Amino acid sequence: MDVKHVSTKEFPGEIHETPGGGIVLSKLDDVVNWARSNSLWPLTFATSCCGIEMMAVASAKYDFSRFGFEVARATPRQADVIIIAGTIVNKMGPVLKRLYDQMADPKYVIAMGACAISGGPFFYNTYSVVKGADHVIPVDVYIPGCPPRPEALLHALITLQEKIKTGLTREQIRTT
Amino acid sequence: MIEEIGTTAEGDLVINIGPQHPATHGVLHLVVTLNGETIKKIEPHLGYIHRSIEKMCESLSYRQFIYVTSRMDYLSSHINNHACAMCVEKGLQIEVPPRAQVIRVLMDELTRIASHELWWGAMAMDLGAFTPFFHAFRERETINDIMEETCGARLTMNYMVPGGVMADLHPNFQKRVKDFIALYKSKISEYDELVTGNIIFQGRMKDVGFLSKEDAISYGCTGPIARGSGVSCDIRKLYPYEVYGQVEFDEVLETRCDSFGRYLIRLREMQQSIRIIEQLIDNIPGGDFQAKTKAVLKLPKGEFYARAETARGELGVYIISEGGTTPYRIKFRSPGFSNLSALDHMARGGKIGDLVATMGTLDLVIPDIDR
Repeated sequence: MDVKHVSTKEFPGEIHETPGGGIVLSKLDDVVNWARSNSLWPLTFATSCCGIEMMAVASAKYDFSRFGFEVARATPRQADVIIIAGTIVNKMGPVLKRLYDQMADPKYVIAMGACAISGGPFFYNTYSVVKGADHVIPVDVYIPGCPPRPEALLHALITLQEKIKTGLTREQIRTT
Repeated sequence: MIEEIGTTAEGDLVINIGPQHPATHGVLHLVVTLNGETIKKIEPHLGYIHRSIEKMCESLSYRQFIYVTSRMDYLSSHINNHACAMCVEKGLQIEVPPRAQVIRVLMDELTRIASHELWWGAMAMDLGAFTPFFHAFRERETINDIMEETCGARLTMNYMVPGGVMADLHPNFQKRVKDFIALYKSKISEYDELVTGNIIFQGRMKDVGFLSKEDAISYGCTGPIARGSGVSCDIRKLYPYEVYGQVEFDEVLETRCDSFGRYLIRLREMQQSIRIIEQLIDNIPGGDFQAKTKAVLKLPKGEFYARAETARGELGVYIISEGGTTPYRIKFRSPGFSNLSALDHMARGGKIGDLVATMGTLDLVIPDIDR
């Protein structure tokens, strides 16, 4: 029988050519992960400067809808991925936690920029900044930069897709 | 989040708008009291992005603290840096070379255009139109590319330093700015065709969010908000700094006092900025881009104040120095804070649906308000 391997970047599985069509052999988990990774809806969550770069990525020049992120949702109940674009301060921490809790599983988190990673420029001598959003909610992908370039955000989004396809996000490890 | 959510004794509904709401442009939190659909009271809750920038500045040297101010009003980061640099220069009595002055003004005006572009796209998006956003970013990205060549950053520039600017202009700068002006002029009619002339847009903007001249003054509004109510308050005209006294431009004033007036102000301000750039782009003097300064700056004991006109209004920088290498206290007078205080007055008595339109014309940047 003629077996055609399909690249994992496209579809995870093998196609066995049979008369009158073909049979796809794959793991259901892989197919589900593949499907999910290509349709991630981000939450429009921006606290500060990085939000502007996130808007730039949504605009025509960088255009993250090429990778399946075009439907930015304002409500966490319809969103799959939260991009923490900006500083999280002590007063915002509980709100971020609440937004994360309101998102439906499976949910993914990208920490965009130095502030969301560690407090960044606001690490020293401040009394109000959370030193890294991962003190509040778990993070899958970190993007360095202050603010990161739009290309860096695109790279992070693609990295997240790869992580989901290989089943390595925190959410997937927890549930399996 | 807030315990007073629910119904008041008079039967009015109290709702939260924000901190996670697309129309608040960040993390502004409004507690709105509604009688049916009519707004009875708006109470802004601040502090969701309070990063203690003023306190931080007290432990940073006079060269270092400027980079934090880029993150304050990140849409006009050049102008923030500019105001801080001017305040330090005032204290040290540094004369800025003419070349640096012109570069600063050029950068300020490009920033103003980029900021207004983003406001235009975002406000149209608030009102439900998505296409203007893409049009606005087309021009904005061109400016970002110009900035990136010279300053090395797209958003938080940190380009202005005490004594001048950090680096000389990129050789391509003049050509690319001229290309941008040509591009902008060819596209400017699209703005009116897409949004300004739209009958639905006008219906939502006209006679909404009324702010009289007296109220604009008493709330301390500055920038396009006050000029939309007919208050002459352009710092570039009233207290000219750098080369603003030598270039020709008009202070745009509107007497409509409503959201549509504030909208028109910003569109016409962009054209005035183009006018300033056109006058200066071929006349950049030669010479140094930075005055000779000491490696470690020490401001004499005293109090210093400098102000600049950002895309949102008057930004004041107030430094108290004890004579050391770091400021004793820094206070920023941010335009967004005062402009936001007028929101309650503007939206009260109107419908909840108009609140988004009114808030859109305020052009709020929340980290600028909270600092």
